[in-house]
This record gives sequence, structure tokens and C-alpha cells, in this order.
Amino acid sequence: MNVAKLRLFRRLTAVAGVAVAAAIATSSAFAAWEPTKQITIVVPAGTGGGADQMARFIQGVVSKHNLADKPIVVINKAGAAGAEGFLDVKSSPGDAHKLIITLSNLFTTPLASGVPFSWRDLTPVAMLALDEFVLWVNAESPYKTAKEYLTAVGNGQPGEFKMGGTGSKQEDQIITVALQKVAGKPFTYVPYKGGGDVAVQLVGNHVHSTVNNPIEAVAHWRAGKLRPLCVFDEQRMPYKDKMTDTMSWNDIPTCKESGVDVSYLMLRGIFMPAGVKQEHVDYYVELFKKVRATPDWKEYMEKGAYNQTFMTGDEYRKWVENAEKLHYELMKEAGFLAKTN
Amino acid sequence: MEEIASLFHGFAVVLEPFNLVLMLIGITLGVLIGVLPGLGGANGVAILLPLTFSMPPTSAIIMLSCIYWGALFGGAITSILFNIPGEPWSVATTFDGHPMAQQGRAGEALTAAFTSSFVGAFIAVVVITFLAPLIAGFALQFGPPEFFAVQFLTFCSFVGMGRGNAFKTIAAMTLGFALACVGLDTVTGQLRMTFGTTELLRGFDFLIAVIGLFGIGEILLSMEEGLSFKGGAAKLNPTVVWQTWKKLPQFWVTSLRSAAIGCWMGITPGGATPASFMSYGIAKRVSRNGDRFGKGEIEGVVAPETAAHAAGTSALLPMITLGIPGSPTAAVLLGGLLIWGLQPGPLLFVEQKDFVWGLIASMYLGNVAGLLIVLTCVPLFAAILRIPFSIIAPVIVVICAVGAYTVHNAAFDIALMLVFGVIGYAFKKLDYPLSPLVLALVLGDMAESAFRQSMLLSGGSLSVFWSNWLVASIMSLGLALLLWPLVSWAKGMLQRTVPAPGTGA
Repeated sequence: MNVAKLRLFRRLTAVAGVAVAAAIATSSAFAAWEPTKQITIVVPAGTGGGADQMARFIQGVVSKHNLADKPIVVINKAGAAGAEGFLDVKSSPGDAHKLIITLSNLFTTPLASGVPFSWRDLTPVAMLALDEFVLWVNAESPYKTAKEYLTAVGNGQPGEFKMGGTGSKQEDQIITVALQKVAGKPFTYVPYKGGGDVAVQLVGNHVHSTVNNPIEAVAHWRAGKLRPLCVFDEQRMPYKDKMTDTMSWNDIPTCKESGVDVSYLMLRGIFMPAGVKQEHVDYYVELFKKVRATPDWKEYMEKGAYNQTFMTGDEYRKWVENAEKLHYELMKEAGFLAKTN
Repeated sequence: MEEIASLFHGFAVVLEPFNLVLMLIGITLGVLIGVLPGLGGANGVAILLPLTFSMPPTSAIIMLSCIYWGALFGGAITSILFNIPGEPWSVATTFDGHPMAQQGRAGEALTAAFTSSFVGAFIAVVVITFLAPLIAGFALQFGPPEFFAVQFLTFCSFVGMGRGNAFKTIAAMTLGFALACVGLDTVTGQLRMTFGTTELLRGFDFLIAVIGLFGIGEILLSMEEGLSFKGGAAKLNPTVVWQTWKKLPQFWVTSLRSAAIGCWMGITPGGATPASFMSYGIAKRVSRNGDRFGKGEIEGVVAPETAAHAAGTSALLPMITLGIPGSPTAAVLLGGLLIWGLQPGPLLFVEQKDFVWGLIASMYLGNVAGLLIVLTCVPLFAAILRIPFSIIAPVIVVICAVGAYTVHNAAFDIALMLVFGVIGYAFKKLDYPLSPLVLALVLGDMAESAFRQSMLLSGGSLSVFWSNWLVASIMSLGLALLLWPLVSWAKGMLQRTVPAPGTGA
């Protein structure tokens, strides 16, 4: 106990010390570490998805504003729900030129498939943003609030209502399980390959609802095909520009407000391989601070209605630790854990 | 005729010198990307996407979509010359294109392939220009049962195509399905047949299998047969383009049918690869020369190329109007739209007229420019076959290895490619057909998820495949095609019982 506490204390002071050092280093610009070759961002998902977009966007912003001396390369390692990418980073300890951008599969893939990796095999760098989830129904459906919809689900046959989502035993299905606990009756969960497909399936009335990210469904919302019921966050989204004739992102109530106490956010964060030096981490933290300061990034965040929480260092590590626990609990409850034998 | 006015406005946008230069750069890069197996249009566009960040969106999409057109053209070149499909959708082109090259008709095959590509794309662009608002909503009709029906139809149109032993066909197909199962199961989220190895996590990629089976397998065969390319000795003929053009109009029915299949598959979106297979399969069934397909029939090049290019082009329609990509490359372009700050979806046509009509106009001009570029190079491409085997074969092996590596950035895939090469060689030697394996590998995965999604939706009832007119008619068509060989076989049996002279198998 004492030893553990002491270790934590040491780590805290070390981090604090480094933070000060980093501040000095950037202000006086002496011999801070710089990358010596191209920087690789591994995307543990396919081309065209949210993580891939963000990685390529960062690559574009960095080269447009000349934020790094070395070029950034983005490679996709999507195999086995991202396990391929995480294992790749896990197997290159000490590589200061490799980053990985995560989605919730950092937690869900090892739990659901039993592939051996966790965030503890990586070095947390920075949380860039959190991605929101919104409960959507087809605009032609009669449900105006989350409460109404879930009451209807509760009054229906088990499995009568169909929820479309991305992947199996991942974030979309975790939220679905939480929702059916509120409703009291199970959904039929239908897994699709990508969020764009899911949104179109809802427009085409092939499923009853989805929990798409804002950016995946916004086009159909604006075209009057979909209706957002609530956002799975503690606060409403801050963006007040009108997206449709009558509504902005800010007008969507939180699920809690509408009597459905479910919240879930997805990490869009950056990690490095284990065994890198603190100066390496500091370099990238500074780089991402610069990226976040560009007007392009601000516009990008607004378009995707992201939750713009930014974290580094110990705060970030704590968040990840809690998120891992939360995912373990949620997935255990839902029966999604891999059988280990 | 509001479309015409908008289109001319689009032409004005494209014809700005800056955009014209970008268009030519895009086409040339695209052809190169298409020629290199593995480095597909999706990878090429993804790599160049961040470069376009500081351009106006219209210029960016013109360049990137031209890479896409270029890649569609380029895929045919290595398929015909070396039996190595540069892109998944040019697999079907190898069936007749490569035999033509072996007979010394490489120039003819290339011309036919490029011209058909152009025709397919052109028809698709016309459809997009005038019918976009009408057909945009069609893709919404497609849920999992409909997708499964389309894949079933593709399959049925192809089954029983192979000459020779039906059991060998079934064996090859089953192997393909088994390979398609490896990796993560999307419906349950469980790993299948990975045997605890990390390398098998990503499953067997279609492209790597194809590069090995066709490319390396072919090199092994050539080595055995005397270290030279058949058809290399053919005389170079500068007028080959013109001479082939004189032959092409007689296949207008095939072209139209293939373009229709392509447009339909692009819009739904089923993809260019199934479209090319389906079109080839149906052409073989329907054509008078069907029996000679696979031996170097020009119609066997026209059908898949027209369909692939029509599908590739029309795949951009659901991307623009609904935000669903009809192909992997369209998926990357879609990401590009979001990065440039454009929101794909029903409102794009209203809010971003310059962009949409610039893109459509660039489809017209890009394809014309692409056709001119590749046709001028036909004699040049055909001359590659005259390079001694001992020089070109190592180059091909290296290109194949680079291609296999690029698909997933994994060195293991190069070994995998070599193994597939040996399998391909063994298949040829033992007279097992390769195409059922390849088709099962590319469709198996998609068909399986669509089938299981349908079963989830229907609660396990097969009647979902006959639940509305759309899915019912596609399924019935598939069944009809499936039973066709049985019917003709029965007919053959009947004829054989009555002694009829001159009925060779």
C-alpha cells in the first residue's frame, strides 16, 4: 500500500517536473527532442472511418501549417477490429516515431476477442476529443422523445425493435444493451460494417433506431430524414448554429434530461508504444496543442459536433484507466467478455 | 434542361488551366497506381488526400477522382499482359484478355479493354447527369436481404461456368469460402480459424490471393514452359487501335447489358468487382460465342471492363447523395469531402453546385483524357511482352511482392502471396479452376454478413428473401441462373440418348 502510494507520488512529481521542464523547453527553444524520420500514425480501423479521417486530417493540418519538420504517414491496420494495429504498436517498444489513434476498440477488442493487448502496453500521449453518440430514429416514426421510444420498446415484443450499429460487441452494442436495460425489453441488434451504412439503413427503414455519431448522420438529419432523440452525454453539445430549420446540436436534449440515464463517450486519443522517453511524449503533446490551435481544427470539431475535452499526462492516464474499468463492467454485464479457454 | 446548364457551368469550372493540369496529373498517377497490383485506387487516393488539403475542394476532387479513373483504366494492363489483375475488378478481364495476349493479340485486347472502360464510364456519367435525383433514393431500398440477393445473383451467374469437372469447381469454391471465413466474424465479434496467430487476424485478403494465384502462378508456369512469354513475337502494329475499333461495334448488345449491370451494381452499391464477374458470367451464358469464352474471346474482355468501369463511376452517386461509398476508393473520397468541409448527403446538390457539377464534368473530361492517354500507349504496353522473360519476370515478381506488402503493410503477406502462387500453379497443373475460388473469396465474406444480418432481422425465417418485389425478383433471377446449367445438362443427356452425329461436347 505504502509502496504503491509512494510510487504514485513519485510519478506525479515526475510528471509535474517534466511539465515545467517542457514549458521551459518550449519557451527557450533549446535542444528539445525532434523527430529524426517520418512519423507514422497507425489507424486501427479501415480507410474512411472516423479515426482514419481524424488521422488524415491531422496529417493535412500539420503539413499545411508546417507544424513538424518530418512528414506524417498514416497507415491502416484494421484487421480483427483493430487488434492488428494495437499489436503492431505493442510490438515496437521504444519507437518514438510511431503513434496510434484510438477509438473505443482499445478497450472493447481485447475484452471481446481475447486478443492480448491493453492500453497498459502503450504510452498515453493526449486525448484529442471525445466523440458523441446520439439516439436517432427515422423522421417518419412517431417517436418524439427518447422516453416515448423506449416506452414503445418496453411495450413491444422482445426483439421487435431493431437497432442498427457498427460492429459487434463494440460501442454501439454496449449502448444498446444499456438502453434495453432502461426499456426492459431487448432490441434485435444488427451489426453493419460502417457508421455511414448504418445511417442509410435507418433512412431506408430497415432498422428502427441507431446510435450513430453526429458526423455519420448529420447529412440525413439536415435533409429531414432522421430525427435525433437524445445525446448520450452529461451535458448538451455546445454548438448553437442551426443545422436544420429549427434545431441546432445544442437543442438535442441529453438522454438523462429525457429520463433515460445512459451516457457514453468515445475516446479519440493518441498513444505511443511502451518504453518511449518523456521528451518524446512532450514533443507530441506540444504538436497536438499546435494542431488544436489551428482554425481548421476548430472547424473540424464543430462539423463533427465533438466534445472538445483535451487531456494529457496523468489526468489522461486516469481517464483511460477509468474508461477501461467502465468498459469491463459494461461488457461483463452484457455478456460480451471472451471466454478464456 | 436545368442539368445541361449546370453541366456547362461544371465544364467551365473544370476547364480552368489549374484544374486541367491537375486532371492530367491525376490520370497519369492513377494509371500507374492501377498498374501496380496491391496499390489500389483506395490506397493511392488515401495517400494523396492530405496533399489536397490546401487546394479548393473542387480542384481536389477533380484530381482525386481522376486518379480513380486512371486506376480503373490501369488495372486492365497487367491483367492482359501478365495475367496479374492490378485491381480486384480486373480479375474477370484476365479470363479472356490474357489468352488473347498469349495469342499475340495483346494490342487488340488492350484496346478493347480501354474502349469498353470508356463506354461503361460514359454511360454511367450520362445516367448520373440526368437521372441522379430519380435514382439516388434507389439505394435506400437495399437492406441486408437485398444485398444478399445481389451477391447470390452474382454467384449464380458465375457458377457452372468452368468447363470440366463440376466437383473440381465445387472443391475450389469451398476452399475459397473457407479462406473467406478466417479472421474476425463481424456478427458475433469472435475470431475464427486464426489458431492464435496474430498474422491471421486480418484474414486472407482477396488481392493478395489474386496476386499470388494469378501472377506468381503464371510466372511458375511460364518458367516450366520454356522461359518466354507466349505472344511476345507478335509484330507491333501501330494501327491496332483502329482495327480493333472496327470490330467492337458488333458487341453493342454486350456493351449495353454490361453497362446496365455496372450502373445498377454501382448505385445499389454492390461494387465494381461483383459487377465485373456478373457481367462476364451473363455474357458467357447469353453470347453465341459463349463456348469459346476463356480462350481469348474479345467479347470476354468487353463485358467485364464495361461493367467494372460503369460500376466504378456510378459508385460516386450514392457517395454524393447519401454518404454511402459504393467502393473502397469512394470511401476514401468521402472522408476527403468531410475534411474539405463538405457534407455529403442529399443537400450537397443544392448547396454545393460548383463542386458537384465540377465533379460530374470532370468525369466526362477525365475519361476522355484517360482514354486518349492509355490508347496512345497501347503499342508501348504491348511491346513490354517483347522484353526477354529473364529480365521482365524478376521485375514482375518484385512488383507483385511490393503490391502484396502494400495492401496491409505486412511482410507476412509476401510469404502468403508466394504460397498462393504455388497453389495457383498446382491448380493449373491439376486442372482445377481458379475463378470459383477467387469469387468465393471475394463474395463469401460479404454474402455471409448480409445473410446473417437478414436472419437477425427476420428472426431466422428464410421468407425474408421473398418479402418484397425487389428482393424476390433478384432471388428468383438468381435461382433461374443457378438451374440453367442443370437444364442444359438435361437437354444434353436427352440429346445423347438419341444418337446425334456431330454433337461434340
